[in-house]
Order: sequence, then C-alpha cells, then structure tokens
Amino acid sequence: MSAATIFGLCAAAAVGLGLYGLITNPQPLRKILAFNLLGSGVFLVFGVVARRGAASGFGGDPVPQALVITGIVVAFSATALAVALLLRLFQATGSATLRAEAPPRTGSDATAA
Amino acid sequence: MTTASALEMVLAAVVLGLAVWTIAARDTFAAVAGFIAYGLLLALVWVRLAAVDVALTEAAISGGLGGVLLLGAAARLRSSETLASAERPGGVLRLEVALLSAAVAAAIAAAVLFLPDPVPTLAPAAAANAGATSLGNPVTNVLMAFRAMDTLLEKVVLLLALVGVWSLAPDRFWGGRPGLLHYADPQGVLAFLARLLPPVGIVFGIYILWVSADHPGGAFQGGTVLAAMWLLAMMAGLADAPPVSRRWLRLLLIAGPVVFLIVGLAGLWLWDAFLAYPAGHAKPLILAIEFAMVLTIAVTLGLLLAGAPERSAEP
Amino acid sequence: MIPHSGPVLEAATTGGSLLVLALVVPLVGVLLAFAAGGRQVERIALATMPLGLAIAVAIAVVMGQTRAPLVYLLGAWAPPLGVALRADGLSAVMMAITALVICAIGVFAHADFRTPAGSLEARAPFAFWILLLAIWGALNTVFLAGDLFTLYVALELVTFAAVPLVCLDGRAETLQAALRYLLFALLGSVLYLVGTVLLYGAYGTLDIVLLSRRVHPDAATLVAAALMTVGLLAKTAVFPLHLWLPPAHAGAPAAGSAVLSALVVKASFFIVVRLWFDVMPGLPGFTAAQLLAGLGGAAIAFGSIVALRQERLKLLIAYSTLAQIGYLFLMFPLAFNAGSAQLESGGALTGGLLQTISHATAKAAMFMAAGLIYAGLGHDRITGLGGVARALPLSVLAFAAGGVALVGVPPSGAYLAKELLLQAAGETEQWWWAAVIQAGGIFTAGYLVLVLAHAFAPADEPVTLQVRVPWTREAAALALALCSLVLGLAPWEAYLPASRAAPSGPLVLKAFAAAFWPIVGGAVLAVLLGRWGKRLACAPAGFLVATAGPLRRAADVVGRIIERADGTLRQWPAAGLSLLVLAILFGAAMLPAR
Repeated sequence: MSAATIFGLCAAAAVGLGLYGLITNPQPLRKILAFNLLGSGVFLVFGVVARRGAASGFGGDPVPQALVITGIVVAFSATALAVALLLRLFQATGSATLRAEAPPRTGSDATAA
Repeated sequence: MTTASALEMVLAAVVLGLAVWTIAARDTFAAVAGFIAYGLLLALVWVRLAAVDVALTEAAISGGLGGVLLLGAAARLRSSETLASAERPGGVLRLEVALLSAAVAAAIAAAVLFLPDPVPTLAPAAAANAGATSLGNPVTNVLMAFRAMDTLLEKVVLLLALVGVWSLAPDRFWGGRPGLLHYADPQGVLAFLARLLPPVGIVFGIYILWVSADHPGGAFQGGTVLAAMWLLAMMAGLADAPPVSRRWLRLLLIAGPVVFLIVGLAGLWLWDAFLAYPAGHAKPLILAIEFAMVLTIAVTLGLLLAGAPERSAEP
Repeated sequence: MIPHSGPVLEAATTGGSLLVLALVVPLVGVLLAFAAGGRQVERIALATMPLGLAIAVAIAVVMGQTRAPLVYLLGAWAPPLGVALRADGLSAVMMAITALVICAIGVFAHADFRTPAGSLEARAPFAFWILLLAIWGALNTVFLAGDLFTLYVALELVTFAAVPLVCLDGRAETLQAALRYLLFALLGSVLYLVGTVLLYGAYGTLDIVLLSRRVHPDAATLVAAALMTVGLLAKTAVFPLHLWLPPAHAGAPAAGSAVLSALVVKASFFIVVRLWFDVMPGLPGFTAAQLLAGLGGAAIAFGSIVALRQERLKLLIAYSTLAQIGYLFLMFPLAFNAGSAQLESGGALTGGLLQTISHATAKAAMFMAAGLIYAGLGHDRITGLGGVARALPLSVLAFAAGGVALVGVPPSGAYLAKELLLQAAGETEQWWWAAVIQAGGIFTAGYLVLVLAHAFAPADEPVTLQVRVPWTREAAALALALCSLVLGLAPWEAYLPASRAAPSGPLVLKAFAAAFWPIVGGAVLAVLLGRWGKRLACAPAGFLVATAGPLRRAADVVGRIIERADGTLRQWPAAGLSLLVLAILFGAAMLPAR
C-alpha cells in the first residue's frame, strides 16, 4: 500500500467524521471544530492527488499543493469569523446555541429595520 | 511491506484516532487539545506526501493559530457546555447521520482510489515554465505567478474576515483595542518565554519567507510565525493590541494586497498582462510583494486572533 | 447572438482588460476605503459605484459589437496552468444587473449608514460600505472566473462579506442567524471543494472550457458532480436546505436584505448553472434534472404557503425569496434534450436567466420598500399596515410594481421568462412543469394581494410617520421596481441564446390576460391562508373572508401542518440529514447516465 492509498483512506475517514460532527453536535464550537476536521480531510485528498501527480523531478504536483495552502488560509479566516460571532453571541445572550426559537409573535421589535 | 509503509499506517491510525477523539470527546477543551495534536501529526503526514510547504502551513496556521483560537474560545464558553449537551439529537437520528456520512466518505474513498492511471498532472508544465520567474520552489511559482489571482483574492478574504470580526464590536467600543487586557506574572514562565522567543521567532519568520524563493517556505508560513510571536508578547502582557482606528495599522493591513495590485496593474499597462512579470525581473518583484504580504499577514492573523474591539482606545 | 460557451480562445481578446477592471475597481475601493476610514468610506464607495456601472455597461457594449465572448489570460498564462477570465452573454447580463442593483442600494442606504456628525468613525457605516464593495467585487469574479478553484475563493469572499451584513445591528437573534448562515454555508463550500479536487484528480485541470472537453462519466466525476451540486444548493438555500435564509434575510438591515436576497444567493446559483450547462452538460441526465426541479417545485409550494402565513412583512418577503429561488431551478429539466441526453443552452436557459435578473431587481425593490415602511411606521406587522398606502405612496407603489413584475406581466422580464419556460415545457412534453410554473405565478400573486390589501385598507387611527422618509430613498426603490417591469424590453437577444417571439396583439390586452388568472388565484389564496386580523370587520374584503369561513379553517389546518414541517426541517440535524440524503440521491440519479 503506497502512501497515497493509506492517506487517501485516512482523508476520506476524516471527511466522514467531520460531516458527522458538524451535523450532530449541538454546540457551535464543536461544529466549528468538526468543520476544521472536515476541511483538513478535504485538503488531505488534495495532497493525495498531488502525490500521485509526482513527475519531472518534483515529489508532487505543485498545483494542488498551492491550492491547499490557499484553502488552509481561507478555512482559518472562516474559523476566526465563526469564533468571533460565537463569542459575541455568548456575550449578548449568555448561551451559545443555534436552536431556532419560535419567531416572535408580534412584529413590534423596537429596533431599526 | 516496507518499514516506511508500516510507519505510515501507524501514523494514519494515530491521526484517525485523534480525529475520532476530537468528535467524540465530551469536554470541548479536551477535544480542542486533541485537535491541536491532530494538526501537528497531520503536518508529518504532509511531509510523507512530499508537500513540505503545506506541512509548514498546516502546522502553523491550522494546528498552531487555529488551535489557539479554538482553545481560547473553549475556555470562555465553558459555562455553556452543560446547557448545550441537553440539545443532543436522538440516537436514531445520530445513527442515520453516521451511516450517511460513512456512505459519503466511502464514495470519496472509492473516487480517490479509482482515479485514472496514468495520472493527469500539471507538474511537467510547472517545471517547463519555471524559467519565467527563475524561482526554485515550484509551489511559490504556482502561488505567485501561475495562479496569482487566487493569492490576491485570498488576501482580500483575510481582510474581509477581519472587517467582519471588527463589525461585531459594540458601538461604544468602536475604534478601541481588541480583546481583553492580558496580565501575566512578570516573574513567571510565560513572561520569560515572551521575552526569550520573539527575537528568535522573528528571525525564523523572515528566514522562512526569504528562503521560499528556492526552498520550502513562503509568505504565509513566515507571517504566521511573526504573528505568533506578537500574540505571545500580547498574551504575556508585554505588548497591547493597538486600537483598530490607528492609521498605521490600517495601512499595514492593506500593504500586501496594495503592493500586489500595483505590480499586477503595472503588468497590465507595461508588460504582458495583469499579474504578469517582466522577463528577468520577476524574482525581485515577487520578493517585494512577498515582503509586503508577510507584514500584512502577520498583522491580520494577529488581529483575527485578538478579536473584536472590546475596550476603548485609551490605555 | 453570442454563443454562451464559445469556442476555446487561448489568446486574450480585445476588450479583455475591461474584465480585469471589473474585478479590480471594487477591490481597490475596498482597500482605499479601509485605509482612509471615517467619512471617506462612504464617499469612496459612492464614487466607485458609477465607475463600476460604466465598466459593466462597457463590457456589454463591446460584447454586443464583437458578438463573441471576451477572454483574458491572467498573468499571460494559458489554462490549464493559468487562470482565464471569460465573459459570455450570461456573465455580461449578470454583471450589468449586479451593478444596477448595487448602485440603487447605494443611493438607498446613504441615509441609513451615514457617519453621524461629531464622530470620526462609526462601526455600522464603516462595515456596511466595505462589505458592499467586497460583495460586488466577489460577484464580478464569480461571473467572470473561468477556473473552478478561483470560483471557490470568490464564493467564500461573497459569504464572508455577506454574513456580517446579517448581524450588522447587533441584535441577539441576528447574531444567531448569522452564525447559522456562516456554518451551513461553510458546509456547502467544503462539499464544493471536495468535488473540485476529485475533478482535478480525474482530469488534471480546473479550467471550465478544458474540463468541458475532457469530462466523461466515471466514478470520480459522478461523486464530484453530486457533492458540488448539493454543496451549492446548501449555499443557495434550496428546499430542504433553507434553514438559514428566513431569519438571516429578515434580520438584516433593509439595504443588507436587498443585497442578500437579490444578489448573494444568485452567486451559488450561477455556479450551478456553469457546472451543469458548461462543465458537464451530458452528465446529470434526465432523472437528476427532474430531482433538481422537484426540489424547486417543493420550494415554491413550501415557501409560498409559509410566506402567506407570516405576520411580519420582512419575513414574508424572505420566505417569498425561498419560493422564487425554487422557481429558478425549474429551467434545468426543461433544457434537457432527450435526444442528445445533454443540457442545451436554449430557450429554457434564457428563461431561467431572465427570471434571475427580474427577481434580483424586483426583490431588492420590495425589501427596500419594506424597509421604508418599517422605518416610517415603526413596525412591519402585516395586519397593521392599514393606511400606509396614503402615508408612503411611493414605497407601496414600489412594492406593488416589484410584485407585479414578479407575477409576470408584459413587458417585464418575468413574463418573458415564463413564456420561454412554458414554450420549452411544451417542446419537451413535460406538462407537469408547466403546471408548476403557473402555480408559481399564482403563489406570487397571493402574497402580493395580501400585502396590498392590507396596505390600501383604511387605517383605524390616522397614520403618523415615526421618521420622515426622504423621497430619494423611495425613488431608488421605485426606480428599481420599474426597471424590473420593463426588463423585457432590453436587447437581451444579443446576449442570451433564444429568439424573441414575435409580439402579437396590443400590449395592454396581453398584460391583462397574463395577470388576470394569477391575480384571481392569488386573491383566493390570500383570502384562504393569509392573516387578516381586524380586517374581518370591514367590507368588502371582510365579507369575502367571513363567507370563506369553513374553507379558511381547512386551509388553516393545511397551513399549520406545513409550518410545522418547515419548523422541523429548519432544525440543524434535520437539515444536515437532508443534505446527506440529497447527496446520495443525486449520486444515484446521475448513475444511469454512464
């Protein structure tokens, strides 16, 4: 079994675990954690594709590797924004939950549109 | 089976075990700790996949800064844990999701294992065109020359994420300093490390940037190390986060994309095309862009971790 | 007529540098505004808008003259190694409408997001204008990029700029809505990314035109197509993945809701169109196209019924966005050519695009009008709208014009879209979609009639406005609504692939015929399902409502069931489960195409 195969299976498993965690765990912070796991699994698939594309003296195809670097930065920005939102939500309400409350029956919220 | 593949299987098994721990652990703090370990071991996996640049990025940004971010959040949200766990969906639903996630994972695994042979790859094209920029690191070539648009867009993504984080500040603290004031025992270990490590770290960070022209490294990795040193100083109370309304801070934050755009637009009017480089002068221009980028990345990442303004500007 | 996926041009065309400007100008605006800060932010944003509009018009003009797509090779590197920018007819149309809507929103939002006198810089104005410019630049990139990974980064930029708009006023429920939006959108984009890597692994390129030549049905491509489609559906909030949209669009400030409903959701929709029509037209097959439109039809029914039962105007408009988005997906099976087993760029595609741009202008106008009514009355309860037609006539007119344009009255774009879609349904003998299309028109008329009936009813006490509503804001909303009414007259046949049917009969008569049955049907629906509150007391609407008593009770039961189902689907685990089920279903549906 080559490195690409072993880590390919590892990557798919990480994606599956991340999906499960993102959907089932009710805490938003655990969802963000699962999203990071999911993202890392996807990037690992990129890595496997890059490794298989080794040629011309390179250890791997440089294009997917560059895409992964871009992707890791984007995923980190997403995590930072999500965590900041979550902390602000906790500050404002005292609880961190995504459960949709029943919509307010009256429309007279005294705030601007 | 060779020793190498046996070690790889062990590595893969440990990585997967940590991934399961991250999802299954009851306590969020423990789960995040497991995730940090997962990130660092994943860097080893990347090295085995012959992607050293990515290994550096994964360890620095995903495992390092991402871990710090999540750990800090887990600590602040500790009191909400028990309430949230009451909302867990029922066993049947979790079983269904588990089965379907496994099905999707299996589909991805099958797709990856049965990719065509011979493998279509752009490595020969990248090697053939490396002479245009005379850089030795093919990944830097792709990031800064062939797919420079993606890198430019990604800088803007970073800036927008920061604007988004800042917009969460309460109105009265707008323009103030992000995050809470940190205090650490001046005689303690943290303060000691915060005095010892930054000079070394800064040299490391700039070296990683400088060497990325021909060896694994890059502006992102170097910038992350610099950001980490700044954060260390902030967490030990040796430095304070600057108020977000300072002009020099804003200028530093746009320096990277602005230099990138200037060179790109110069390419549009003076040379071949937008984001093209003149033959023979590509390397110094790319290094100039990367230098501006590393400053912006360091400041942006540090501020993303510091969070939204929570204090007024006066110390 | 410009072929919407033209021959591969490996060299840049003249006018290609306009494409670069279309991307760069909003981004430069973001950077300058960020550095300048303070009052300059709004000034820079308002200065960038006419510039961007001029560039979009210039691109359309150049394409109209050369009758060929525009291509630009970034960095002078040709695909597959480099990234190309390509503008075809679809791109030109979408960019023009985006520029128009953004300019209107700029005029509208000027009063809401002004730095108050006496302070150097304020949070909401700073954030709003920068986010608006960033959304614009990212949208232009989505419409122009010819590479799937560049599309991913641009789509992420759109999301990161849109999420803070939702919680810009800082209320707790908007923070929760923003977090839910962000997390679900991230789930969608990660699935899209999985598809991207599988396509690269199979074909060695991510360039759209090169992929279209190399794509064939194998395991990796099928998995990629299914996952990418479902990920993009999650970002477009198609039923049953719509959990995040109603609270997010209703909770944002009025200008934010307008951008979100009109433009942001169209970005992921546009990428679905690119995927299905350009990258892999032969892959999805009949079943998958029917499934996609089935989701759309369900969205129309669900979204409209829940919209009719809303008590707040902004929530009604948000749920109507759900229904209209579903309507957009009806074009996929109608574009399917059974003979060649491919999706063809013809009348159905044109109809779908026309509906997209009509919805963009009309929905932005409706949200703007709703925002003005909220600001004027201090609330947006539908049952409390009595007398507002006299107090804010221009706003109500804007709302009515936008709604009528969406119902489909010539010469609006939606009318033409409906004609083209019905024509395609007839040609492909898919009469069931023709019925759904007509039903969509009736549902749209339903909530329009409901709101207008309340707005024109006499008020119990005289209406006093809480704030003075400047006429420029009402004019912006009205102008956009009138645009959507006359969109059918624009020279779109130069850009979109279909021939205009010869006009027959006087316009007024056609308008009356087109509007009559939907409005009658809509009135019936409004009477049965809508909330009438105290109106029961006054004739003649009250008379109608009272006589329909038993029917209303039955309709109320149906409405309650659907609302409860909607509530269940909008819980996170249920939505996540639906996402996975859909991914498997799409994968299975695309299998027989092998």
